[in-house]
Amino acid sequence: MLELQGLSLEIEGSKGFEILKNINLQFHEKKIYVITGPNGGGKSSLAKVIMGVYQPTQGNILLDGLEITTTTITDRARMGIGYAFQSPPRFKGIKVKELLNMATSHNPEKVNICDLLYDVGLCAQDYLNRDVDSSLSGGEMKRIEIATVLARNLKIAVFDEPEAGIDLWSFQKLAETFRNIHEKYDTTIIIISHQERIMELADEIIIMSNGTISAQSERDIILAGILSNEACACSTKCVKGVGQNAECVR
Amino acid sequence: MLNALDKLMLEKVADLHEIPQGAYNIRKNGQGVQRNTTANIDIITKLDKPGIDVIIKPYTKGESVHIPVIVTEENINDVVYNTFEVGEYSDVLIVAGCGVHNSGDLKSQHDGIHTFYVRKGAKLKYVEKHYGQGDGKGQRVLNPQTIIEVEEGAVVELELIQIKGIDQTKRDTEIRLMDNAKLIVTERLLTHKDQVAESNISVELLGVDSSAQIISRSVAQDDSRQEFFFDLAGKNKGRGHIQCDAIIMHHAQVHSTPKISAYHSEAQLVHEAAIGRIESEQLIKLMSMGFSEKEAEDTILSGFLK
Repeated sequence: MLELQGLSLEIEGSKGFEILKNINLQFHEKKIYVITGPNGGGKSSLAKVIMGVYQPTQGNILLDGLEITTTTITDRARMGIGYAFQSPPRFKGIKVKELLNMATSHNPEKVNICDLLYDVGLCAQDYLNRDVDSSLSGGEMKRIEIATVLARNLKIAVFDEPEAGIDLWSFQKLAETFRNIHEKYDTTIIIISHQERIMELADEIIIMSNGTISAQSERDIILAGILSNEACACSTKCVKGVGQNAECVR
Repeated sequence: MLNALDKLMLEKVADLHEIPQGAYNIRKNGQGVQRNTTANIDIITKLDKPGIDVIIKPYTKGESVHIPVIVTEENINDVVYNTFEVGEYSDVLIVAGCGVHNSGDLKSQHDGIHTFYVRKGAKLKYVEKHYGQGDGKGQRVLNPQTIIEVEEGAVVELELIQIKGIDQTKRDTEIRLMDNAKLIVTERLLTHKDQVAESNISVELLGVDSSAQIISRSVAQDDSRQEFFFDLAGKNKGRGHIQCDAIIMHHAQVHSTPKISAYHSEAQLVHEAAIGRIESEQLIKLMSMGFSEKEAEDTILSGFLK
């Protein structure tokens, strides 16, 4: 179980502006959590704090009861935390198969890297020998990024907007892949997403805005709320309250 | 005869684990020590100056020539002039590495001046690897000059590699391309400590539909200094592309000067140059897969220089 206790994050030089404010969350084994909410609400920052990219200014992070707040990215990775970037970096001179082999190198289970590519909707034959550089499109990069996380035997897998740049067919495949991991393994899956179809996979949905958790509940309750516009995911009441928000009707 | 150190040098510069098959000429401390010729490839010692003439008969296919140079003594300044005649429609590999082992305090230097005539329709892959080692204070210096005339329809692929070990190098490469001739240059360079490396590549597209692609990747570490000068001249209808990428680390310096000149309205010339440090996102990505920061850095650099 991953536990976040009173987590706050202030980026250097932001003069007291907190990106995350007193976040308290528990992520349990074998569950899918979807974090949604408006852009700039702190979702990606939260994912980076979990991976160890950002150090929280306050609060604690516990993995299976063990304090990991100040541990490095490498240590967290070796403890079983993985993170799929929203905008994955490119590597000149490194091939797709080499990157996937690196990702599987710490996994004691034998993983077929061709199956990984298939799971993200890419044909292994076409991609294994391609360089992970600017010759790949944004959508292709995203899928390879997801494959590098699927390659690992993880306790906690965090995906930052995995659907961005992915076409409809692959999207379907991706949703299926998340469902399969969910059924086969005990991995806790945390997905940052705006997509209804991704939210449908969730056991729980968390809504974040302005650096805080504005709602958290079982999927159907939150989803019903979002779809019927009873609860607005936006930080301003732009759907329900058009009359009160002149910016939305310009 | 070759000793264990010589064999190690040969392995480093020419990937040779034993005496090569095919034609070869091994030069050690300014003297030719072993040579082999084949029915299609002749090697003749020059009479007027130090060096050899390598003559490859027309239509020779799939053969290779290894001409490694080993310098294992200090206080040596070996200048060698080699000429290569690559016959019409032949397809060959020439490997010309230089390994310097200097344990003394005086300088060891080797300057290889290589002139190639790549005849009509021929295909040449030329690999030049530099390697240096030794604990002494003596400088290891290599100043190669490569001049290549590429005739009609011929294809030349050049691989120039120098990873650490050489204290000072000045590499001059001059290439002239005739009608439909094609050139691909891949340059890989890593300098560290206080090493200095300079590479000047000049290419003239003289013939119709000639093309050149130069891909240079380098890593400069510690207090080392690298200087690149690329000069691409389009004197006929043709295409030329220079891509120069450098990763800079510590207190190193990298200077890159591009020059593209068009003398013909259908000459298409592109120069791309970038110098920057390793992106933090790249390090984070590999660390998030369980690599330490050092392992991540090494993986990124070895991929980049591959």
